[in-house]
Amino acid sequence: MSIVMQGAPPAMRGHGRVSTARLRALGGRAGQVALALAFPAAILTGWHFATAGEAYSLVPPPAEVARAFWDLAFGGINDDAFSQTLLTHVLASVGRVLGGFGLAVLAALPLGLLIGRVPFVRQMLDPTLQLLRPIPVTAWLPLAMILFGIGPRSAFFLVFLGAFYPILVNTVFGVRAVEARLFEAASMLGCKGPAQFARVVLPASLPAIFTGLRLGLGFAWVVIVIGEMTGVQTGLGAIIMEARQLSRTEIVIAGMVAIGALGFISDRLVMLLGRRLLSWSPNHV
Amino acid sequence: MSEPTIPILEMRNVSKTFDFSGQRIQALSGASLTVRKGEFICLIGASGCGKSTLLRIAAGFEQPTSGEALMWGKPIDGPDPSRGMVFQDYGLFPWLTVRGNIGFGLAARGRPKAEIQDTVSRYVDMVGLGKFADAWPHQLSGGMKQRVAIARVLANDAEVVLMDEPFGALDAMTRDRLQDELLELWASTGLTVLFVTHSIEEAVFLSDRVVAMSPGPGRIDSELQLDLPRPRDVASPTFNAIRGDLNQRLHSHHARRAA
Repeated sequence: MSIVMQGAPPAMRGHGRVSTARLRALGGRAGQVALALAFPAAILTGWHFATAGEAYSLVPPPAEVARAFWDLAFGGINDDAFSQTLLTHVLASVGRVLGGFGLAVLAALPLGLLIGRVPFVRQMLDPTLQLLRPIPVTAWLPLAMILFGIGPRSAFFLVFLGAFYPILVNTVFGVRAVEARLFEAASMLGCKGPAQFARVVLPASLPAIFTGLRLGLGFAWVVIVIGEMTGVQTGLGAIIMEARQLSRTEIVIAGMVAIGALGFISDRLVMLLGRRLLSWSPNHV
Repeated sequence: MSEPTIPILEMRNVSKTFDFSGQRIQALSGASLTVRKGEFICLIGASGCGKSTLLRIAAGFEQPTSGEALMWGKPIDGPDPSRGMVFQDYGLFPWLTVRGNIGFGLAARGRPKAEIQDTVSRYVDMVGLGKFADAWPHQLSGGMKQRVAIARVLANDAEVVLMDEPFGALDAMTRDRLQDELLELWASTGLTVLFVTHSIEEAVFLSDRVVAMSPGPGRIDSELQLDLPRPRDVASPTFNAIRGDLNQRLHSHHARRAA
């Protein structure tokens, strides 16, 4: 029935209740999209009129940034040192982000489960970790450069550090919030001691862990740029700094856009994974 | 009174004292109780009479401060699948479906997959949740959740089912239905049930023996053997006479305390 109705004019589709509701939902979604796009469109327009045609503008107009982005990605416009290098830089940054983030997950997740569940581990490690936590990642940069040299390894280390704490703190929080009842239920069913980590602690704290993963990954993208700004040849942070030294502001902004897009995409990926794994949770739809 | 066989559960002069930041509170004082295999026993009393503490000691969640808690004559030293617990607040694992919850114990104990599947399907059907086998706990009503909680301890080979006010959070109609279903399960499986409640009617409707407890400090006051045939009619004169008797036992205690 609805297939037949597909080709009918909108006035006719209103007859069935379902199709009316669907239309309304569609209209609602289109309205939402339009509303969400209105604000950035206004900013772009304002930016355009404030900068286009000006002889001395510190900021290039949006069209010029778009051209720079295209050239950075595919070349064929400026044919300079920056042309067609986007993929190289993206891969370098993504590699460091994923590597540092992955290492942070491997370290923070088990540690968080242990700190949350085992009083002995909590009493031993928690004070130290809490004392180190207020030190900003940026303050670690000079020490990282001394330890790992100027270069990608420092950036890698900073990403690790930046992602580590959000994952750790949220994991500990999640574990501590697990209802005591669930441990009683598990133990009377024959799941006791360390076996509870895999069967109770980890799944029960998964919603909080995912919050930590999203925050950690977001932070990894913040930190990677700082890490790549000194002594690194490739990476989005490096290209932004290099463009700034050459007064290529349009490339600086194009690099910023690329980082924003990558951060957004990686956040969405974690969210999608979370939705799949947390379909059981009424608070996580 | 002599017992030819060892009782499935035995509490010998059990006392329990809790420490609340330096303050010692006696929850249970010298409670003795013998449970024979296949019995349905209700523990009844006002809040603070130690009935839940006694149940938790039987489960192995708490150790007695003095006295002995035994199963088949051996000291109870921790929770065990042979004594399944059904909580008032269900205690289901929200990340597992109905099937997953019922199979939790078997999976945790490393049983083969095929066996788990068979057993789980059998118990899903037994508690009438076939249509909801793949639903998450948050999608179930309270009555359904409690059916899952009962099924998961039965599927896990429980010999004794310990129930802590299991129907206390349910509406009256659901409670009546679950009481009937529980009696059916009990009659068909030969289970032993130790059931905590504060409803006199529930106790008289369900049990072979009612154990009346009183607070301050918690102790066992008296036991009442019920030889009424089942199914029991809550409107019958005999039922009401027993209810009145129990009511008086529990309330005369209040009068004594007030005096």
